[in-house]
Amino acid sequence: MAITEAPKIITGRIGHADSHTLERYLATGGYDGLRKALAMTPEAVVHEVDTASLLGRGGAGFPAGRKWAMLRKSPVTYLVVNGDESEPATFKDHLLVERDPHQLIEGVVIAAYATQVSQVFIYLRGEFALGLERVQAALNDAYSLGAVGSDIFGSGFSVDVVVHPGAGAYICGEETALLESLEGKRGFPRIKPPFFPAAIGLYGEPTVVNNVETMSNLPWIVLNGGSAFAALGEGRSTGTRLFALAGHVNNPGVFEIEMVKTTFRDLIHAPVLGGGIPHGRELKAFVPGGVSAPWFGPDQIDLPLGQDEVAGAGSMLGSGSVVVMDDHTCAVRASWRITKFFARESCGQCTPCREGSGWLEKIMERIETGNGREEDLDLLLDACDNIAPGLTWPPQQTTICVLGPSIPSSIGSAIQMFRDEFLVHIKEGGCPYG
Amino acid sequence: MDDRATTTEPAHTVSPDVAEGQVTFTLDGRQVTARKGEMLIAAAERAGTFIPRFCYHPRMKSVGVCRMCLVEVSGPRGASLQPSCFVEVTEGSEVTTDSDKVKKAQDGVLEFLLINHPLDCPVCDKGGECPLQDQTMAHGPGETRFVEEKRHFEKPIPISELVLLDRERCIQCSRCTRFAAEVAGEAQIDFIGRADQLEINIFPDLPFASYFSGNTVQICPVGALTAVPYRFSARPWDLDQVESTCTTCSVGCRVAVQSSSNRVTRLLGIDADPVNHGWLCDKGRFAFESVNSEDRLTEPMVRKSGQLVTVSWHEALDVVADGLRAATKKSGAPGGVGVIGGARMTNEGAYTWAKLAKGILGTDSVDAQLGDGLPAEVVLGLPRATIDEAAGADTVIVLSGDIREELPVLFLRLRSGIVDGDLSLVELSPQATALTAHAAVSLRYLPGAATELAKAIADPGAPAPAGIDPTDLAEARRLAGADKVVIVAGRPSLAEDGALVAEAVQALARALPNATFLPALRRGNVMGALDMGLSPGLLPGRVGLEPGRQWFTQAWGKVPDERGLGTTEILKSAAGEGVNEGAGSTDGEGAKTDNPHRDGARVRALVILGADPLTDFPDAEMVRRGLTGADFVVSVASSPGPLSAHADVVLPAAEAHERPGTTTNIEGRISRLGQKLVQPGQSWPDWMIAAELAVHLGADLHLDSTTEVWDEIERLAPAYRGITRSVLETPGATDGVVAPLTVTPVAFSRRPGSAPLDPIAVPGVESVEQQGAPPRAGLAGARTAGIGAGGSKGATQMGGGTSGDAAVTTPPPQLAGPFEISVPRVVPTDSYSMRLVASRRLYDRGAAVDAVPVLAGLVPDSPLRVNPHDLDDLGIGTGGNVKVRTATTSLVLVAVPDPSLPRKVVATDFNVPLAEGTVADLIDATAPVTELRLETP
Amino acid sequence: MSSTAHPTPVARPRSKGGPTPTLTHLRGATATRARELIALYPEPRSALIPLCHLAQEQEGWLSPEIMVDIAALLDLTPAEVLGTASFYDMLHTEPVGSHLVSVCTNIACLLNGAMELLEHAESTLGVNAGGTTADGAVTLEEAECLAGCDGAPCVQVNHRYVGAQTAESFDQLIADLRSGARAAEIPTHGTLNRVARTTGLQADRNQVANERSAMAETQAQRAAAAKDTAANKAGA
Ligand SMILES: Cc1cc2nc3c(=O)[nH]c(=O)nc-3n(C[C@H](O)[C@H](O)[C@H](O)COP(=O)(O)O)c2cc1C
Ligand code: SF4
Ligand code: FES
Repeated sequence: MAITEAPKIITGRIGHADSHTLERYLATGGYDGLRKALAMTPEAVVHEVDTASLLGRGGAGFPAGRKWAMLRKSPVTYLVVNGDESEPATFKDHLLVERDPHQLIEGVVIAAYATQVSQVFIYLRGEFALGLERVQAALNDAYSLGAVGSDIFGSGFSVDVVVHPGAGAYICGEETALLESLEGKRGFPRIKPPFFPAAIGLYGEPTVVNNVETMSNLPWIVLNGGSAFAALGEGRSTGTRLFALAGHVNNPGVFEIEMVKTTFRDLIHAPVLGGGIPHGRELKAFVPGGVSAPWFGPDQIDLPLGQDEVAGAGSMLGSGSVVVMDDHTCAVRASWRITKFFARESCGQCTPCREGSGWLEKIMERIETGNGREEDLDLLLDACDNIAPGLTWPPQQTTICVLGPSIPSSIGSAIQMFRDEFLVHIKEGGCPYG
Repeated sequence: MDDRATTTEPAHTVSPDVAEGQVTFTLDGRQVTARKGEMLIAAAERAGTFIPRFCYHPRMKSVGVCRMCLVEVSGPRGASLQPSCFVEVTEGSEVTTDSDKVKKAQDGVLEFLLINHPLDCPVCDKGGECPLQDQTMAHGPGETRFVEEKRHFEKPIPISELVLLDRERCIQCSRCTRFAAEVAGEAQIDFIGRADQLEINIFPDLPFASYFSGNTVQICPVGALTAVPYRFSARPWDLDQVESTCTTCSVGCRVAVQSSSNRVTRLLGIDADPVNHGWLCDKGRFAFESVNSEDRLTEPMVRKSGQLVTVSWHEALDVVADGLRAATKKSGAPGGVGVIGGARMTNEGAYTWAKLAKGILGTDSVDAQLGDGLPAEVVLGLPRATIDEAAGADTVIVLSGDIREELPVLFLRLRSGIVDGDLSLVELSPQATALTAHAAVSLRYLPGAATELAKAIADPGAPAPAGIDPTDLAEARRLAGADKVVIVAGRPSLAEDGALVAEAVQALARALPNATFLPALRRGNVMGALDMGLSPGLLPGRVGLEPGRQWFTQAWGKVPDERGLGTTEILKSAAGEGVNEGAGSTDGEGAKTDNPHRDGARVRALVILGADPLTDFPDAEMVRRGLTGADFVVSVASSPGPLSAHADVVLPAAEAHERPGTTTNIEGRISRLGQKLVQPGQSWPDWMIAAELAVHLGADLHLDSTTEVWDEIERLAPAYRGITRSVLETPGATDGVVAPLTVTPVAFSRRPGSAPLDPIAVPGVESVEQQGAPPRAGLAGARTAGIGAGGSKGATQMGGGTSGDAAVTTPPPQLAGPFEISVPRVVPTDSYSMRLVASRRLYDRGAAVDAVPVLAGLVPDSPLRVNPHDLDDLGIGTGGNVKVRTATTSLVLVAVPDPSLPRKVVATDFNVPLAEGTVADLIDATAPVTELRLETP
Repeated sequence: MSSTAHPTPVARPRSKGGPTPTLTHLRGATATRARELIALYPEPRSALIPLCHLAQEQEGWLSPEIMVDIAALLDLTPAEVLGTASFYDMLHTEPVGSHLVSVCTNIACLLNGAMELLEHAESTLGVNAGGTTADGAVTLEEAECLAGCDGAPCVQVNHRYVGAQTAESFDQLIADLRSGARAAEIPTHGTLNRVARTTGLQADRNQVANERSAMAETQAQRAAAAKDTAANKAGA
């Protein structure tokens, strides 16, 4: 499969150093999509997005148009944009908020118009200090331009957009935790059902939550039509998508790629993309969609970058981050670090996740540092089973949100793929990779 | 209640046509019916399947975090594990609670909970009644697979004077934080941190200073929160328990009293659906320490050559009988004896004393209120509301002291009605209270002007009183016009005559004929005491003296000839100050328009029943004069207290938990008291003291046990008719029965299965009351000794209506207000004077707190609260020392600004230390409102 | 007299109509901005995190006194403010050096030598991760993924990306921070967003709501009209 010459739907402007300014934005067709949308009925805008079959880019991959259409049955009160991007090795929204904030704002106002919402909150990860400044500056400009605020471009439609900083907690990316956080509370995810944001969201009101990248696609879709978007990609996976590539690659970064038409091999090895693995090393494994996803080995490298394709192979495209591990990587150390991440980021409300994550991390640390016991592998898997019963994919869970079962997903796949390596650590009392 | 009753039907008998509001589902293969919207965990429990849990509490919102209650629930995408505390039962769903998958998940949760648990069960208060321990016993693995280092925290840390926190034992169930935030509305403890470092804690140096902190200890499923008084005092398996009612205040919370070796060790709140929902205030929970106190009166004492010396009961009662006879004789009327107090007794005690005083001594100068309540007719005569009715009303109008300070659990119930229900609150108060923040409207009135405000609310045509915002007033009028209105009436200030408040209450009663009333009188069994006739002009069963004359003369042989005095006038009379001159200065409790008290019939003897006027009566100077002026003072008390110094005879009485009987709460709910302890030494229950004293007076009350007393009350007191012992003993009546009985014989709440019970909080509480007479310790010879000792006329005729006249067969009517009451005239203030507000605090220098070591230290110092503009006028805008002058005294106090006060109103707290003296030194009980002046010292 | 402050009869000030709380530590313009932030949200509590950032901008960390102020502004208890703030890594309830140096050691950075960089940082700064240098210039932190994985190992100073670091460049970075050479680019700890909201829906939410319902009406009419036309067409 070849890398396609797909249009740059959301990264077209990024080549310019001043891509974040209103001048550049207006010079490159900025806010035309919004003007066009305002001339349409909200239903028509929803219809275009539905036609585009734009899958949510935050991780769960739910079609945005469908989400809105469902919501339109009852009046939506709030639109919340999820810019918390904290999934390890995911840094695509980072690029969008810093480098093209107006595109995000335009998308947000289009979505607000489509869902007839008058209050939007953009929740940005607190560590994006520059992103916060850029989006706020852009928003100030957009208000002056009349693209946000009262009576937008004379259409009679008004919306207020507030940029809300997070403060460093991965779980706040989970949409219900994000809403709690936005309400000024700890980011404790809510139990679904009944707390689906669509029904009981921010302040208990119906709320749409969408990812930054999802929003950023909207100006193009409105301007070019949903079918133009749907013509790209294949099956359910339409359009282009941003992939964040990191780890052992020569050319780490964010790439906009037409969905399904490109494979992991292309992404990792193509000179215009990842540029291959450094030092001439071989691929050992890769994480196909954020660290919550089960790992893949070299035998899955020819899978296309498509939602269903990856799901069918037992993992997920998730947040669109691909982490490459070369053959010198210690699988135990890597999965220990991932476990440690979850143990630090568990919100702490569910017993299995709070206690389990900490325990698993301690066992992994013991194994990595040479103090493992033979029974530890079974213990790890059994403790995992108590968080995600059956260790199936997609996981079942004894917890409120899927952070809990994400730990078993990643550890489980690592043990499955590299059981021997774990055993070597245990038997030889340390890491063979030094 | 009805739908509850039906849902408790055995689960298997479900007919195909399920009643509306019900759903049927399959629970482990059998068909079960549940209420629509009910949580699975509760539905399963009623159907006999107990699902293990930690975080779920039936009285708080579910959070579903501990994950212990996972069960399999069928859904569109097959069965999945769901928290049964968070999913509502749905029609036709299939629920499995006993599959391998469920067991594995639950065992997994237990193991996770235990990995960081310190396993210090041998030294943990909770050991033996700990669900974590029990469930581990039942299902847990034999050994731990956790070999790493456990989480460590400093243990334990005090989070208040009453509660200690051991974070290592905490299982993060959030019951305590939810209680604090949701139920008490004081989120002073919270989760701190995240992930496995998540801990409960307070803000640095800001303790969990809540009146309700003890509840967190009770609902903590493990030993993380422990109460200072109970710590290490007992092992749960050594505890004996009895179900009873707390009589610390008149809400009447149901409690389990637990003891070990004839000492009370702990009180637990019982989830009485109509009353306390499982909660208690800390004062009620910890007051038992006074019962255990070393400082108890255990023997009768008589003053001989200036010294109180221990004597036998026989001798003491002889001295009392002689003293009372002499007083009657000297004053030339039965009113020569004044009886003050009785609100801390059982109903049986109060009745027996009423019968003794009114039927034998013939005095009507009997008052259970200490000048700090409301006219008894108004309290008893207005249509009564229940607590449930108040919490579930559309509007509650509060004209009382701070409910959180006076009737704490009523505060919780009202707050919950507002926060969780649709209740709107209208507050009429001279100052802000804990309810102010929850009130839809809070209106300030000048002491003495409550009626003006009440009338303005009742009458849309009336002008807004000065200082009242017209929009607020309009809102209050709108809310008062709702369908279900309950008026909570108490004493906003002890420096304002109760008749003035009663007048305002009656103005509302007249304007809102459908409104019902909840009296906010505070002392233990004050409602029972008034119901038993311990008030001038009243006879048992909410009957006036005149209407009840025939009925009770027939039963008792005689009743007082005329209306007697209330506490204020008793004291005034005892002090030798003519009571007739001050027609305008009425007693707060009970005086009707024309005081028939005759000149010269001065009160010579005082019998003080379990009360301490020296600390509790508003006007300290008057108490001192009254006690000094009386020839003879008898104190019936359980601990010496300051009164002993003034008493000629001290008779030791049994306390709470040492006597069986009944008590009546603010709703008129009669519930049974459990006896858990043998009373110390020679002390007797109150009723027995009265009965024996009658004998020494040459009479016989024909009352030989609490049960006999109760039977007589049921027979004679109209409001209590039909509430027989067997009614009270029905299992369904454990939460009490409201008097008077209406339409149906008894409205039972069926606690088992109906009211939610928290098995974690109240392990194994069941009703094991003991009724009946306790041993008559130290009675030798007393029964015959009285004969021939001279006696009152008619004594031989008493008992059972043996008088020669035609027998009266219809009981007298109960009081029905509104009434004409005499209200003192309030003279407008001159421009220099301020009006004083003296309000109650939960923790004060009263006996109920002073004798409880853990609470005594919590009594605050009180400043004088002053409107900031008034302080500005004094040139001390931010506060400082002020000189407070009344007509008779002056004190230097510390003033602080309080913007919630109207101008020209100053407020402070009653019976707590001020910078100098107490507020009782300032109050003039004979004045309608106490006025004073502020000066810079 | 008693060491425990028990409930006072004076109610907590309510945000709705209650007296304005007196602040002891949030000062001047900061206090004004705090009130502006609160006004952005339908519920005051939503401003909690923004207020904590604002407070850190003033003080560098969340002192107990400042949390008491925030609680007063939002009608919360101090325990609720602490309880919420302590959930978040960026909100510091202990003092922080003027430069918070965050070294990510999460997976992508780990694979690119982040642990080694962190160890180097610990030894050159003489503090363990979590510690602050004696001169108060630097607090070192082991961070989770900072979403800068294409510049691994990723380092932020006061949440400004400073690009991938080697041991040498790291030492230079620290020297620059100490000398103030990068002060223009990296403000001292606590300053998160130097761009203030200048415009916006000036407060009137009701107006927006009205406009919105008016518009919903026109849309309904439009939709009905469209339906009619369609029906007419179909009929024709
Ligand atoms: C643990 C967890 C972390 C998540 N983090 C993010 C995130 O950082 N950014 C994001 O957009 N969505 C994240 N999500 C997904 C959101 O819950 C939600 O599905 C998404 O914001 C919806 O937007 P979309 O439909 O546009 O994808 C996370 C989900 C989970 C369970
Ligand atoms: S699974 Fe973990 S992160 Fe998710 S709600 Fe439960 S404790 Fe919090
Ligand atoms: S999760 Fe249901 S009882 Fe805790």
